[in-house]
Amino acid sequence: MTIDFEGWACPLPLRDTPAIVMGHGGGGAMSGDLINHLFLPAFGDVALTDSAVVTAGTARLAFSTDSFVVRPMFFPGGSIGDLAVNGTVNDLAMSGATPLYLSAAFILQEGTPLPAVGRIATAMGEAARAAGVRLVTGDTKVVDFDSGDGVYVTTTGIGLVADGVDLGPHRATAGDAVLVSGPLGVHGVAVLSCRQGLEFGTEVRSDTAPLHGLVAAMLATGADVHTLRDPTRGGLAATLNEIAGAAKLGVELVERDLPVPAEVADACHLLGLDPLQVANEGKLVALVPPDQADRVLAAMREHPYGRDACRIGVCVAEHPGMVVARTGLGGTRVVTMPIGEQLPRIC
Amino acid sequence: MCLAVPGRVLSVVETDGTRMAEVDFGGVRKDVCLEYVPDATVGEYVIVHVGFAIQRLDEESAIRTLAGFARLGLLNEEFGERGTP
Amino acid sequence: MKYLDEFSDPDLAAGLLEQIHASVTRPWALMEVCGGQTHSIIRHGIDQLLPDGIEMIHGPGCPVCVTPLETIDRALAIAAQPDVIFCSFGDMLRVPGSGRDLFTVRSEGGDVRVVYSPLDAVRLARENPDREVVFFGIGFETTAPANAMTVRQARRLGLRNFSLLVSHVLVPPAIAAIMEAPRCRVQAFLAAGHVCSVMGTGEYPPLAAKYRVPIVVTGFEPLDILEGVRQAVGQLEAGRHEVRNAYPRAVRDEGNPAAMAMLRDVFEVTDRTWRGIGMIPGSGWRLAERYREFDAEHRFAVGDVRTAESPLCRSGEVLQGLLKPDECAAFGTRCTPRNPLGATMVSSEGACAAYYAYRRLS
Repeated sequence: MTIDFEGWACPLPLRDTPAIVMGHGGGGAMSGDLINHLFLPAFGDVALTDSAVVTAGTARLAFSTDSFVVRPMFFPGGSIGDLAVNGTVNDLAMSGATPLYLSAAFILQEGTPLPAVGRIATAMGEAARAAGVRLVTGDTKVVDFDSGDGVYVTTTGIGLVADGVDLGPHRATAGDAVLVSGPLGVHGVAVLSCRQGLEFGTEVRSDTAPLHGLVAAMLATGADVHTLRDPTRGGLAATLNEIAGAAKLGVELVERDLPVPAEVADACHLLGLDPLQVANEGKLVALVPPDQADRVLAAMREHPYGRDACRIGVCVAEHPGMVVARTGLGGTRVVTMPIGEQLPRIC
Repeated sequence: MCLAVPGRVLSVVETDGTRMAEVDFGGVRKDVCLEYVPDATVGEYVIVHVGFAIQRLDEESAIRTLAGFARLGLLNEEFGERGTP
Repeated sequence: MKYLDEFSDPDLAAGLLEQIHASVTRPWALMEVCGGQTHSIIRHGIDQLLPDGIEMIHGPGCPVCVTPLETIDRALAIAAQPDVIFCSFGDMLRVPGSGRDLFTVRSEGGDVRVVYSPLDAVRLARENPDREVVFFGIGFETTAPANAMTVRQARRLGLRNFSLLVSHVLVPPAIAAIMEAPRCRVQAFLAAGHVCSVMGTGEYPPLAAKYRVPIVVTGFEPLDILEGVRQAVGQLEAGRHEVRNAYPRAVRDEGNPAAMAMLRDVFEVTDRTWRGIGMIPGSGWRLAERYREFDAEHRFAVGDVRTAESPLCRSGEVLQGLLKPDECAAFGTRCTPRNPLGATMVSSEGACAAYYAYRRLS
């Protein structure tokens, strides 16, 4: 028999779907497509970032909103309630803001047990108190039994940004050190471990936390911090690719220096996932000038949420928009932007 | 094809007439079907694909393989960087 | 011994690499058959560390990629039925049929679920006696024993609502087909270690002899890949063409007899179309006649599926090493990682995506 290699082609994943699919919410390239090609043209000339810094009178306000559709709602180390508060607090913190007030909007599915809603509300109250923010307004809607999935929470927050604080990818510069505040992939693995169809036993617990205290400690060093981001959905890979794309810089990581806990690495190995694409909570990535990196790192390590902070790489002028990692063997690999939903592989 | 991962058998049970094991993958634990490696015992390593142990890992041969790699390194040193052993 | 970290030790890797560099006198083209090996090569940057003359051709061992379009369309049709819970391995969800994929079916209300193990699908069938549970049984010889077990279990448990949509493919006939191709450039194979964990090495000596091609059974960790390359190159340089097992900790010559007995009972050999490649005789397994009641193709009269393949890119030639990615007219213009025309540009370990990335790097 003979094979006609001219016709040998692999199938191509669909990127242009006529309707919303789960991948549009994955925080990767499909989410980016939705924002850039659908929302931005409709909204006009704005930059949609995780939090915006706006002025009101003489005040500089950071303003952010985030929806939470976590499945399962309760997972080792936390719940959708903790995430809903800390997520928005952290989006504000990444602008260098002191978070002040949050709103909370609930979409509740008919039939959801009240104790579950109560647990979520309690978790939110506790998280807000721990973060020193106040939940001051909210809304509740209920949807049909067959049109929701338990509880969806949307939180919106505002915070104050001090004069002179200007953080964002636009300030990233070649030579900047890339810092991360602690171990990677922990939250994502904790949630995956109890997701239906994947269940596995693990001691890994989500480490969701409010980060504005840590950010304040970093800024208090007087160092000229250029960029802060929290690498949530899509993991470190999505966050660094976004920064690299926006800043038109390359990023070089050293794999040996990446703080991936052994349990996270093993869970990822088992499921065929890249730990750099696994979601984080309670972590931040910082770009700082190289000569100030040690000072910032020292301040981070003094803070409870930055004890394991470390330097993982550097921004470079070469290969703008790309994130590259030096592998343990001395080769390089390209750390790509995740496309849609993270799926376990069999091959 | 075929992502398969080594793990250590923690316990063996019979569930609904099927031989199952709890297997430890460096702290991550998963229930695994042991029907194809029925004589694997607690403490032994098996290689697992989509929830099935497909082979036991042979420690002796693993050690021999690694020792062979180490010997290659020594030979290289002895014969210089691009020498032929 | 944890059987993982030990096999990615940088110092031992350096020794193996030195040895490979020292033994190479001229260019050689090697094919790693398995997608998992390709993944490891790209993930660890191994290809960049090999001598310039050693070319790794990434083979067709990606089960989701080669599953025929017709079978995927059939899966989409079954998954869209209202009383069906359709279970699949995760990476199958993103593979498109004629114009849509399982994600799309799910977005239209289909109950499509990702499972880690086929046994999870059997469990779902027990928990949902009023629903039809269908498992998409794809994969090579490694995965087939797991899928076979579900059928055996379903029969033992008397489950009438469980069936398997089978599209298994087999490695040795594919190796033969690759070697028979008129423009074949492959000079040695790194055979898929985990396939051999199940099937043993017995099928390979006739292939090595007939096509005068070295076949080295190779594992998946960085040192395993390097050892596979070292042994293959050693044979090529010495003019030999033998079957060697470079993954003895997980591969016995006789394979796994319990698994092979199950495969013989549950499946029978059939001709199989490989997506993008064409029909390869005797290259697949289907459910044996006596398990027909568990065959989803039999249970669901999906009827004629009209397939429509998307416009083809030239990744077939790329996979064969017949064409360098940047020699394709679409490369970097119509075809980029953001707007890929083929899977070789889509997945991060795809030959075109890697080439694209590194072209921009250099």
